[in-house]
Amino acid sequence: MTNPVLTISNLTKRFGGNTAVSGINLDVMPKETIAIIGPNGAGKTTFYNMVSGRMQPSEGNVVLDGKDITGLPPHKISRLGVSRSFQINNIFPEMTVQENVEVVLSAYHGHSRKLFNIASRNTGIQHEAIELLKRLGIDNLKGQRAEVISYGDKRLLEIAMVLATRPKLVLLDEPTAGMTPDETRRTTKLVKSLADSGDYTFLVTEHDMDVVFGLADRILVMHRGEKLFAGTPEEVKNHPEVRRAYLGEEDDETEESNA
Amino acid sequence: MKTRILLAILAVVIAGLIAVPWVASYFYIFIFTEILILGLFAASFNLVFGYTGMLSFGHAAFFGVGSYAMALVLIHLEWPFLVSLLVSMGAAALLALIIGFFCVRLNEVYFAMLTLAFGMMVFAIAYQWRSVTNGSDGLAGFSLGSLGLGLDLTLANPAVYYHVVLAIVGVASVILYVICRSSFGMILRAIRQNPERVSFAGLNVRAYRLVAFVIAGAFAGLAGGLIAPFLRVASPELLHWSMSAEPILMAILGGTGYFLGPFIGAAVFVLLETWITSFTESWMLVLGVILALMVIFFRKGLLGTVLDWWMEVRK
Amino acid sequence: MSGIGSALLNSLDIGLLLFIIAVGLNIVFGVLNIINFAHGALYMLGAYLAFTLINIVGMPFWAALLLAPLGVAILAVLIDRFLLRYIYSRDVADSLLLTFALLLIINESVRMIWGSGIQVVQPPPLLAGSMSIFGSFVPTYSLFVIAMGLLLLAGLWYLFNRTRIGRIMRAAALDRDMAEALCINTRLVVTGVFAFGAWLAAVGGVVAAPMRALDPGMGDKIIIESFIVVVIGGLGSFPGALLGALILGLIHALVAVISLR
Repeated sequence: MTNPVLTISNLTKRFGGNTAVSGINLDVMPKETIAIIGPNGAGKTTFYNMVSGRMQPSEGNVVLDGKDITGLPPHKISRLGVSRSFQINNIFPEMTVQENVEVVLSAYHGHSRKLFNIASRNTGIQHEAIELLKRLGIDNLKGQRAEVISYGDKRLLEIAMVLATRPKLVLLDEPTAGMTPDETRRTTKLVKSLADSGDYTFLVTEHDMDVVFGLADRILVMHRGEKLFAGTPEEVKNHPEVRRAYLGEEDDETEESNA
Repeated sequence: MKTRILLAILAVVIAGLIAVPWVASYFYIFIFTEILILGLFAASFNLVFGYTGMLSFGHAAFFGVGSYAMALVLIHLEWPFLVSLLVSMGAAALLALIIGFFCVRLNEVYFAMLTLAFGMMVFAIAYQWRSVTNGSDGLAGFSLGSLGLGLDLTLANPAVYYHVVLAIVGVASVILYVICRSSFGMILRAIRQNPERVSFAGLNVRAYRLVAFVIAGAFAGLAGGLIAPFLRVASPELLHWSMSAEPILMAILGGTGYFLGPFIGAAVFVLLETWITSFTESWMLVLGVILALMVIFFRKGLLGTVLDWWMEVRK
Repeated sequence: MSGIGSALLNSLDIGLLLFIIAVGLNIVFGVLNIINFAHGALYMLGAYLAFTLINIVGMPFWAALLLAPLGVAILAVLIDRFLLRYIYSRDVADSLLLTFALLLIINESVRMIWGSGIQVVQPPPLLAGSMSIFGSFVPTYSLFVIAMGLLLLAGLWYLFNRTRIGRIMRAAALDRDMAEALCINTRLVVTGVFAFGAWLAAVGGVVAAPMRALDPGMGDKIIIESFIVVVIGGLGSFPGALLGALILGLIHALVAVISLR
């Protein structure tokens, strides 16, 4: 039996008197895709922030490949193999699309400590960057300044940057939020093909139920910071409590997230 | 094609700079020496501001400490000039390490306040520690004997010192330029645009900021080491906060987004200062007014404004 | 042990003076998100205006206390209307650069108008001399500074907690867009807050004038100390500014006592 990539036990975050995330347990197996769903304020982003080191957990542990990473700073967790995207675009606006990926690649390969090379002549990293952009289908934009490309392309660029560190675990925070239906279909297909390639292990939060059921091997349903239910997409679809607590409100939720 | 034109322009400029002592009077040799030294000072500041995005209001501390280190070494140890310059760089880098250690972890506003406060503190120390720094009069009465590498150097001929400064600033600028274009330099630009994303790429942003701060401090110290023999004194004015305003204005005047911006800014600055101080003593007032106008209306600097205009014309 | 008593009292007057200056810096930062590097220069301007009104024009101290800060506040309105309004929507760096330019301009103007030498303002006759408290003699003026500081402290507390304007300022500090949505004229709030901060700095300057000699470097000294105060107390925090100022005042007094021995 293989060991889990990530083991989360009793993860809890309290802000003052409020509990944003309460006692979450989760094992993530290699190469699987787990979706985390729940209404706004269910604690999904806080959960991500704790796993990726942006916030310190109040309680509980995060173990990556047998190593306790609880409460480490973001750059150390990233070095150990957890890479994440954000709900809002988080790129380098004044650089070209290709340079955006090159920054992350040179960080990953340790080139970032080189003071006396010429970055624009680093062919190895350039090739790798273009390969990644090709994989995301945006290599035609490589010379554009990142701030001028479309919203959907920015989100894809961010996924390229997330993948550049060859992570053991990829956290995607609402990868299709704010996208047009067309872009959403394209992105879902793309993430699906990346997941199917067997190169990556994904944790995805998502509002769009079509996306979730299309991608996930397993689904964790959160409600008010707690685990409501976990299971396969089929089980989630048929679970009465989940339907009442979440799927019943699905329409309102998507409207809210688009507003 | 474009790079060839640029290289040709650069070659002409360098040839022109080398030829200055043969075609210009002593007055202009002094002016050009000052432009080169202050240009290096401003370029070192821009590594921190224009590239890494940290607005330091205490950069004169490193410049001044470099000049004091030079004066002290020349007075007490009489070491060769090139060795003394290394001491200037080392002293400034050490100070930058100490100040940077406290400052680089802070957000923009606290960083600005703390660098200004540290700069003023260094000034106060130099002003009051009379036994070492000779207080408000500063350190004077030193002389150069040798350059190092077995060569002699005297200050008697300004043309000779100009050429020494040109060579050293030239080498230092090439090193700074390479650093800006390196992978490390790319990370610094990334940090300016989005520090959090850089830390999520696995880099310790504070450490990178600190290294940039120390490198900039060292080059400011080098510029300070060059200015002391030129002025023949290392005085507290070189450490004063209003001296920190000069590289800020030069970088913004020329354009913070370009490597050559601070050098062009230094040239305009020195020529303007020479012209304005010929009929008024209130140079600081003019400096403040220009800085305010540049920030409000020409944030991209002269170089950026001209290049934008050129792009418009070509369309 | 009367030395300790007067030292403590002395620490209180320096501390409360620093509080007046630092709280202005803090209010401007809280609402406008700008660190006004020229805050110390405005303090100096207040002191020099008082000098002119008292020593040259021949007005009583009390008139200067009223008029000099008013003049500085009017200048602040002009600065806000003609300079700062361009950069409110821009990066923080631009506001730092602009107020730094103002620092250069005001400092050099003071040097041009009043010269580099030291000037002295006498306290008003009512506050001259000293009083006996707990067996030690204390300058009457120190007691006035303390009273003034406490008065402003109470006034500010009342303003922020009990008045509509204070609540509007606090709302604008929390969220400018929200304040705008509530039909508050934020443009007016911004100008008002900047002028109010300048007014506080200038009041500090006038109050400080009879305690300290006037010279063109006095603004630099006070801005550094104000920075230390807000770093100790936390930017934007009202009680923090008070605590930081009192701590720094205490350090001042202790250093004075130690260096006297």
